[in-house]
Amino acid sequence: MSGQDFRTPLGKVRGLGSAKEGTGHFVRQRLTGLANVPLILAFIFILIATSGDSHGDVVATLSHPLVAAIMLAVILSGVIHMRLGMQVIIEDYVQGEAAKLVCLAGNTLFAVAIGILSIWAILKISFGG
Amino acid sequence: MSHSGPDVSRPLSPHLQVFRPLITMIMSIVHRVTGAALYFGTILVAWWLVGAASGPAYFDFVNGFFGSFLGRLILFGYTWALVHHLLGGIRHFVWDVGNGFEPETADKMAWANIIGSVILTILIWVVGYAVR
Repeated sequence: MSGQDFRTPLGKVRGLGSAKEGTGHFVRQRLTGLANVPLILAFIFILIATSGDSHGDVVATLSHPLVAAIMLAVILSGVIHMRLGMQVIIEDYVQGEAAKLVCLAGNTLFAVAIGILSIWAILKISFGG
Repeated sequence: MSHSGPDVSRPLSPHLQVFRPLITMIMSIVHRVTGAALYFGTILVAWWLVGAASGPAYFDFVNGFFGSFLGRLILFGYTWALVHHLLGGIRHFVWDVGNGFEPETADKMAWANIIGSVILTILIWVVGYAVR
């Protein structure tokens, strides 16, 4: 590409582009995706290890510091990743600005609700509530 | 923005139905569908964790559902969606760093995605039943 650069000096410095969001969405989606590879493998391992266990045994496993830390990371990285992914789906398919805004708000609230419920449960189990 | 009435017919660009389905295209769609399924599937994860935090009686109820035929079927599907999306994500990382754009390579990666996801899902469940 050649020719004149029409960006203003301020726009060039900000580097946010026409969508006004820069590369934040793209980078966070990749970063959480990368983190999810080992985290999900560990999550599957934990689920296999606890399958069929009694309540006491499951609580004992989940309250182990390493397991609890992995589970917190699985939830945190997972809900951020899924919120970004669903945002793209909504932006692609939902027509009309009002409906889109409602869906995007609902997406954030759903991700936050799942995150808070899960993290509360992990902490409660960890601290022996 | 000027507004054209609905009577103005404009040429439409060709869409999905005019293209022969390609494995890369299907795997792209499946990646999005599995992502959406996993999104709502997190309800099950949160339910299981809240169940474990709520005490033995409620946990047994949650476990009873997951242990039922329907529960196992849902979890089997969930496992496949998770593995497929995970492998699909790795495929996207290969593209993100600038590799695998040759049509033959992209096709092979797409087939590896679908075959690998089925094999790994069955393997996870075999191991799951074996260690119980």
